[in-house]
Amino acid sequence: MSVNAKNELSGSHAGSNQAPVSEQNGAFGFGADILMAGNKSKGKRPYFFNSEETERVLNIAMAAAAEVAVIRERLDTIERLLESKGLLKQSEIEAYEPDDKAAEERQLWHARFAARLLRIIQQEIEAVAKPEENKPMQQIADEINEM
Amino acid sequence: MQYQLPPVWTKLYRHAVFPEFSHDERARYNFLANLNRFISTVIAPGNQIAFQNRVKPAFEKEKGRTFANRHEVAEAMSKDPVYQSWAALRRCTMEMRQQNGRAVVMRQAKELADKVKQYAGDNLILKKNFKVPEYLRHVDNHLMPGSYHTSYFEGDVSNAANYDSGLFVTSGGMLGSLTDGGGKAIAKWVKEYYPDFRPKKILDIGCGLGHNTLPLAEAFPDAEVIGIDAGEPMLRYGAARANALGVKNVKFIQMDAEDMSEFEDETFDWVQTTMFLHETGGKAIHKIMKEIGRVLKKGGLCLHIEQPQYTPDMSYYEQFMRDWDAYYNAEPYWGHMHDLQPEDLMAECGIPKERFMQIGVKAVNDLDTQKKDDKITEDYGRTPIWNVFGGWK
Ligand SMILES: C[S@@+](CC[C@H](N)C(=O)[O-])C[C@H]1O[C@@H](n2cnc3c(N)ncnc32)[C@H](O)[C@@H]1O
Repeated sequence: MSVNAKNELSGSHAGSNQAPVSEQNGAFGFGADILMAGNKSKGKRPYFFNSEETERVLNIAMAAAAEVAVIRERLDTIERLLESKGLLKQSEIEAYEPDDKAAEERQLWHARFAARLLRIIQQEIEAVAKPEENKPMQQIADEINEM
Repeated sequence: MQYQLPPVWTKLYRHAVFPEFSHDERARYNFLANLNRFISTVIAPGNQIAFQNRVKPAFEKEKGRTFANRHEVAEAMSKDPVYQSWAALRRCTMEMRQQNGRAVVMRQAKELADKVKQYAGDNLILKKNFKVPEYLRHVDNHLMPGSYHTSYFEGDVSNAANYDSGLFVTSGGMLGSLTDGGGKAIAKWVKEYYPDFRPKKILDIGCGLGHNTLPLAEAFPDAEVIGIDAGEPMLRYGAARANALGVKNVKFIQMDAEDMSEFEDETFDWVQTTMFLHETGGKAIHKIMKEIGRVLKKGGLCLHIEQPQYTPDMSYYEQFMRDWDAYYNAEPYWGHMHDLQPEDLMAECGIPKERFMQIGVKAVNDLDTQKKDDKITEDYGRTPIWNVFGGWK
């Protein structure tokens, strides 16, 4: 196959060999390929947990876990490439100790990350702690109607 | 138990029509292969433990008797938390595998079609008004949307390319770098046990994209090998793949195995099916047997690689576990088919009981780093040890 033929067929991203393939437009138009990728197969989906909600969350969590693994593998590639180019040794990464400022910034990042992950539980606790701010929206609407 | 890592995805041999994978896409498959390995070796054995230690005792205490069939086991197990976690995770990874594989091939569907065109040769016969068997259209086998037969545009092979690239994940890399461990194993076995057998014409029914067809053609280079299948993308991709791999003595023909009237009586020295019969239908399987009996030469060999049948000495627990893929990996005929006795099926294609044979064959895996015969954890329906039955007509 000639390079030209390939470029013609690959349309909008022709020649853009540098661009990460994952960001290219698919054959079915932008965004359509990932939706097709996720199409449901024929037949009713079985749920195994007693609550479908739990299983739904499990599926979302596993997809997120997959992406963490993907990032980890990419990072590993970067580290190894840097090492092979003599820019960095993996042992330097292992031995790295942040100075005070860096350490604090990183801890803050972790704290924020943890807070994002567990937001819903924080809010459930706040609901119990402040019942006066936890009225049903219908009730609030009715109350506002009188204000 | 020693924890065995699956081979990394990059060990797969990428022939010329194989889809391109980005770094992240490869990583997704690596993640899933490892997840599956963990689920099958660490979590799955928990089912047996839960069954023995609490599900069975509780059932027996309540009913004053033990299980009467696999359906009762299924009902009791469905309430067990270990089973629930295992099943939910297994289903989840299968859906993820489909989504990931489809995302890879869909974005490059045009390029794939183009590559396949480039490697097209005279080893492919497609039929204009081919009618895909009703039972195939009725379900998306292996939870593959569109199953084996759907093309999304003229010349599209995405479903086949997805199948090709993803079996590695489902099997944890145990089928070798070309996913051909089954075909290689059967070719090796036949050569070992029947060194004088020189088949001139071999038919592989339900050949798919030819994973297990090519090893037969390579093992018997003087034979003419014909693979038939109902799935257009599978055949298109398979024929191009065979060309890309330089295997010349194989042809792919679109044909419904229920009606092989294109072939004269007694055409083939060897009729093979691999992981095919359990994906047919309750009426179709008998028509197919009859057709096999017709096209097979007298004195010819007929072999079927399948999952084990359910026999009276197989525990209800094992039957239940083996049933799992039937319902939850969308291979719905599997459960019913395994109630049939293979001797009876073979009798239908002209192989008398006294010439019936049944053996177990382990997949030949060139990626097996351990190189020794490790004990394999049974992963009902996914373990690369196959039940082969058949005989000489
Ligand atoms: C699980 S695949 C097995 C593929 C192949 N034998 C292998 O081992 O890789 C089953 C195949 O059988 C084909 N099939 C099912 N029923 C068929 C029929 N009646 N005629 C032809 N092919 C059929 C499907 O299209 C599918 O490709």
